[in-house]
Amino acid sequence: MEWHKLPLAAQLEKLRAGEVESLALTRALLERIKEKDSRIKAFLKVTEEEALAAAEEADRKRRAGEERPLLGLPLAIKDNICTRGITTTCASKILANFVPPFDATVVERLKEAGAVILGKTNLDEFAMGSSTENSAFFPTKNPWDPSRVPGGSSGGSAAAVAAGFCSGALGSDTGGSIRQPASFCGVVGLKPTYGRVSRYGLVAFASSLDQIGPLTRTVKDAALLLQYIAGHDPKDSTSAPEEVPDYLAALKTDLKGKKIGVPKEYFGEGLDEEVRQKVEDALRIFREELGLETKEISLPHTPYAVATYYIIAPAEASSNLARYDGVKYGLRVEADDLIEMYKKTRSQGFGPEVKRRIMIGTYALSAGYYDAYYKKASQVRTLIARDFEEAFREVDFIIGPVAPTPAFKLEERVDDPLKMYLSDIYTISVNLAGIVGLSLPCGFSKEGLPVGLQIMGPHFSEPQTLALGHQFEEILKLYEKYPEI
Amino acid sequence: MSITKEEVIHVAHLARLEFSEEELERFAEQLADILSYVEKLGELDTSNVEPTYHALKLTNVFREDEVKESLPTEEALANAPERENGFFVVPKVIK
Repeated sequence: MEWHKLPLAAQLEKLRAGEVESLALTRALLERIKEKDSRIKAFLKVTEEEALAAAEEADRKRRAGEERPLLGLPLAIKDNICTRGITTTCASKILANFVPPFDATVVERLKEAGAVILGKTNLDEFAMGSSTENSAFFPTKNPWDPSRVPGGSSGGSAAAVAAGFCSGALGSDTGGSIRQPASFCGVVGLKPTYGRVSRYGLVAFASSLDQIGPLTRTVKDAALLLQYIAGHDPKDSTSAPEEVPDYLAALKTDLKGKKIGVPKEYFGEGLDEEVRQKVEDALRIFREELGLETKEISLPHTPYAVATYYIIAPAEASSNLARYDGVKYGLRVEADDLIEMYKKTRSQGFGPEVKRRIMIGTYALSAGYYDAYYKKASQVRTLIARDFEEAFREVDFIIGPVAPTPAFKLEERVDDPLKMYLSDIYTISVNLAGIVGLSLPCGFSKEGLPVGLQIMGPHFSEPQTLALGHQFEEILKLYEKYPEI
Repeated sequence: MSITKEEVIHVAHLARLEFSEEELERFAEQLADILSYVEKLGELDTSNVEPTYHALKLTNVFREDEVKESLPTEEALANAPERENGFFVVPKVIK
């Protein structure tokens, strides 16, 4: 049995039916990681011992008749999400030896639901990047073509799912960090509504934009994981006190006659011709096979989203990353006085992209520039959010590409930060507005690279957005395609 | 848009970072590029627009001031580069 080819829901069914024990399933995946991850480098750490112990425990519980919703199901976690007793490095030298004394709420909830954690996945340092090349340890390769990037920053999680090292993983998304790698690796990635999932224990990058979400082989699996990580958390005052609906049940929602807005700004200059074609083909499926209506709409402030984001996110980051001072945890580089110790620690501990963003953020927040940059960007953020509010008065969903191109080559963009930033052009607005963004495969380029489609929905529209994605994936069934690695 | 080396040094100090000569020049250039790009925000009239600092309309969240279990001192200090008698140790501040 090729266990790694089964989506989470199918693995869970087999576990429940007693057709496989968690220990066997976990072992099979660990074997596969051992055999193949040297080519992909998706994992920063494989927690073999803990995973096997958790799998045995799950099997014991099942034999004792104890039911848990995800009992025995193996998953991976992005390495900026805290795991008690297991290093959480953020792919940074400054946290290379950091062992959290607590679990993030999402990890606690997954463990409570019975999940088995296989390991921690690679990312761009502190989730800052779009290719996973900013990891201080090593870059991750795209399983569909190892000369290409897996996207980022959740590139390790996306590559792990695409390579069949696990069928589900958690990532985080501040400007597209779940959706863009999902698109590059041909898997599903969901950025839930801001506040839908607790951020407690997610190492903060830009607190008003960060959100944890699932990367999976199918939309159905994304619904399954969201079910158990969503919900209010007293430890995160920005988590929303909204009820958690039954996402799996909602997948069957009848969406015939619903309206899809197609923003003209998402199909302009810079969009790769093949990507455009695949997204247009998908729109035809939504119309002709699923019975939805599509209409052109405008999100007029789209051209300002990248500029807005690259003020707000670095500003928040410069403040959040002030905590790495060589005192409480992480690297310390000794010096004679305190200020020198801070400077040496931070200069040796952070990589170039992190420093660049701290510098932009510090500049934008510094005396005399605050109004011109940070306040201005926060006002434009209002305009971007209003674009969506107005659009969602007329349409139920908005659909466009996830990224302007399929996966690009390793090292192609590392020397040009601005060009790298522009690969987030279609994903950033969703974070600024705090709405739902779902990335799912819609085809392959002539070179055999996955192409992704983005479905955007209003705040807390996860049930409908996932339903639409699920009904679409059941037509093309692209989740059946696996890369040869 | 151009940024002088002195400005980069000043911002680096505020951010508690230090750079080599070569890095300073590269950063000055890259920051200038990024800030020039960002200047396009100036095209928009935002004089009557409220800024958004948070995507959801959540207001302050209050809770009862109750004593709850917290992290034991030992665990809280476990990751500290240097510690002594339940405290973090830093280089001497008062000369």
